[in-house]
Amino acid sequence: MSTLVRPYGDTTGDGMVQISFTLPVPHSKRAEGAAQQLAAKMGLDPALVVHAKAMGPDFTFFVVYGRVHHLVDLDAVEVVERDYPLLTPKEVNAAIKASLRRRLVVIGACIGTDAHTVGIDAILNIKGFAGEKGLEYYREIKVVNLGAQVSVPQLVDRAVTEQADAVLVSQVVTQRDAHLLNTREMAAAFGEAFPAEKRPLLVVGGPRFDEAMAAELGVDRIFGRGTTPGEVASFLAHRLAS
Amino acid sequence: MRGKLDLDPVTVRKARSLARKAGRPIVKLAQQHTTVSVERATLRLAGLGGADAEGTPWVNRLLDAVRADVGLEHGVALPVWDALARGEAEDLLTLAQKASAGSVRFEIPEGTRAKRARTASRRQVGAGVRQVDRRRTERDRLIKRHGDAPRQPWIYLIVATGDIYEDIPQAQQAAREGADVIAVIRSTGQSLLDFVPEGATREGFAGTYATQENFRLMRAALDESSRELGRYVRLTNYASGLCMPEIAALAGLERLDMMLNDSMYGILFRDINPVRTFVDQRFSRQVHARAGIIINTGEDNYLTTADAVEAAHTVTTSQLLNEYFAKEAGLEDWQRGLGHAFEIDPAVPESFRLELAHALLARELFPDAPLKWMPPTRHMTGDVFRGYLLDGFFNLVGAMTGQGILLVGMMTEAVVTPWLSDRDLALQNVRYVLDAAGGLHEDFHPAPEGLIATRARQVLGETIELLERITDEGLLDAIADGTFGLMRRPADGGKGLDGVARKAHDYYNPASDLLEEGR
Repeated sequence: MSTLVRPYGDTTGDGMVQISFTLPVPHSKRAEGAAQQLAAKMGLDPALVVHAKAMGPDFTFFVVYGRVHHLVDLDAVEVVERDYPLLTPKEVNAAIKASLRRRLVVIGACIGTDAHTVGIDAILNIKGFAGEKGLEYYREIKVVNLGAQVSVPQLVDRAVTEQADAVLVSQVVTQRDAHLLNTREMAAAFGEAFPAEKRPLLVVGGPRFDEAMAAELGVDRIFGRGTTPGEVASFLAHRLAS
Repeated sequence: MRGKLDLDPVTVRKARSLARKAGRPIVKLAQQHTTVSVERATLRLAGLGGADAEGTPWVNRLLDAVRADVGLEHGVALPVWDALARGEAEDLLTLAQKASAGSVRFEIPEGTRAKRARTASRRQVGAGVRQVDRRRTERDRLIKRHGDAPRQPWIYLIVATGDIYEDIPQAQQAAREGADVIAVIRSTGQSLLDFVPEGATREGFAGTYATQENFRLMRAALDESSRELGRYVRLTNYASGLCMPEIAALAGLERLDMMLNDSMYGILFRDINPVRTFVDQRFSRQVHARAGIIINTGEDNYLTTADAVEAAHTVTTSQLLNEYFAKEAGLEDWQRGLGHAFEIDPAVPESFRLELAHALLARELFPDAPLKWMPPTRHMTGDVFRGYLLDGFFNLVGAMTGQGILLVGMMTEAVVTPWLSDRDLALQNVRYVLDAAGGLHEDFHPAPEGLIATRARQVLGETIELLERITDEGLLDAIADGTFGLMRRPADGGKGLDGVARKAHDYYNPASDLLEEGR
C-alpha cells in the first residue's frame, strides 16, 4: 500500500503552502494580479496574495498563500544516498582518534599550472566554505596545504615525507582537458611510488569534473561544485578511520 | 566617566598597558623588516601602474628584477632611482619594461649617487602621498556638500557579484534603500595572490577582485549616488592578504573610505606568515592614517571558529592589540572601527544578555571608536524565519550599546547570496529596531551586580589574564600556540615568508619616511 501525502496547514489534507517572490514590476493592481496568476500557474488554487510591497520604483515583493492539490507517494520517492554518513567535526575527530590513534595527515595542492586555489582553500583553510569550517579546524586532521602550481613529483615527495593518509587535489582550469590529464598523471605517479595497499587516498575536486569518473581517472573520489569541507571530512573519516 | 558597567579604571589602564607591552616587540620587528608588498606599494605611490601582456603588474616585474640583482634588504628606492639617474630609462614604466626584458643592471649606489637617488625617489613618491592627501580633502569637501550619514550606527551593506559592472547598479540600489556604507566583497582567494590584479574585472569567485580600476569605477558610481541622495555614501574594501600595503595605497589614491584591516586575520585564517603580516599591516595602517580611512578589524572571525562565550575574552584581547597597533601607526580614535560579533549560540540560556554584556564592554572600553558590529552567521541555519528574528535581536543590541557601524544581517545567510528582497527585508528590520528603540540606551542601565555587568567584568578579567600570558611568552609564540581562533601559526611558517627581508643599514624607503613624518 502506498503512502500519499500533501502539505499540512492546520488540517489534514488541506494542502496549504506559502511562498514569497519578487516581480520586476512597479507595485500596482496589475502587479498583484500578475503575482496571483503566477501562483495559480504554480498550482496554487486558490492563490491568495496576502502581502505586496514596493521595493524601490521597479520591483514588488509578494507573499502568497494557497492550496495545492498535488499528492506525493512516499514509496515512489527516489533519493541518491550518499555512500558514507555525514559527520560533525566532533564525530570526525572522535572517529580518527579511535581508529588511527594519531592525527590523520592530509596534503592539498593545485597541480600543474593551475593557480586557482579557491577550491582547495575553501576545503582546507579554517575559514571554510558555506558556513562550514575547513579541515584545518579539525583537531585530529593535520593539513599540509602546498598551494598552487605544485608539480606531481613534488606532491608525491611530500606525500612520502609527511606519510600522508590522503591527498586532495583541486583543478579549476579545464583548457584542453588539463584537469583530466593532470589527474591521470597524478594517479599514475602515486601508483608507481606506492605499493597499492600503502597508497594515500586520492581525492580530486573541481567545478568541471564528472563525479562518476573516479575509477576511470584512477582516483578514489571526485567532488564537484558546491562540495563542503564537512562532506570531504566525512568521506575521509569513512574511508580511513572506520 | 565610569559608564554603565562601572569598569574599574585601574583595570582598564592595566589592560591597555599590557596590550602595549605585548605589541611593542612586534612594532620593533615590523620596523626592522620590509616586504615585497611594502616595496611594491612604494612604487605604486610613485605612480607605476599597469601590467604586462600576461597580466603581471609592472610593480611586480620591476621589483623582481631589482631583487634578483641586489636583493630586497636595501629597499626598492635606491636601486630604481639610481638606475633612472644613470639614464637606464626615462621613466618608471620604461624602466620596468626594460628590467623585465633583462636589459637593466641594478646596483646599490653609494655616496652622492645614493643621495641623488634618495632625493629623486622622495620627490616622486611624495607626489603620490600628496595625491592621497588631496583625496582626503576631497572626501571632507564632499561630506560637507552632500551631508553625512543621517544617524549612527551607519548601515553597512555588502555587494558581491564578481562582476564590477553588476556590482555598480546593486550598490547604487542598496544606497537608495538606505545603506550608508557599501562594501564590495573580494573574490575568494585574492588574499593569497602576491600581486594586485589589473583593470576592471567581470569574473570572481563569491566576490569581485580588488583592483585600482574597480575601486575607481565604484567610487565614481557612489559619488553619483551621494549627489542623488544628498548624503555621502562610503565605500569599503579589504586591505588584507599578501598585498595589504599595495591595496591600502590604491585605496588612498582612489578615495575609498573604510578598509578591513586586521592585525592578525591573515595569519590566523589565511595562514600567511606572521612576520610578513605584521610588517605589511603597519605600513598599510600608516597609509590609512594618512588617507583618513577608517579601518575595520576582524575580531568577528574568531567567533566563527571558537565558541563565542568561551572565547569572548580573546575578542577583547585582540581589540586591545588592534587598538595599540592602530594608534602606533597613527590612526586616530575615529579611524579605529574595532570589530565584534553577535555569534553566541541562541540555545545558550540568557544568550541575549551575554551578547549585551560583550557589546557594552567593547563600547565602554573604546568609547571614542566607531565599533563595527557584525551579525550572526554561525547559527544561521537556513531557517530564514528564525534567522530574521535573530537579526532583529542583533539590531537591538546594536541600538542599545551605541555601535558605530552595523553590518546588516541577512536572513538567507548560508543559503544564497542575498536577493533583492532579502536586502529589503533586512533593512526594514534595521529601520524598525532603530526607529522603535533607537533611544533605549538612555534608559538602559544594567544593575551593577546583575548578569550583564558581572559578565562584562569577568570577560575583562580573563582578558587581563590572557594578556599577561601573552606578554610573558611573546605575541608571536601565543599565536603559534593557537591562542586566537584556535589556529596554531608558527612565526617561521605560512605563506609569503620568502617576501620578507631584514632591512640593511642603508635601507631607504621614502614612503615610510613621509608617512612617519606626517604624524
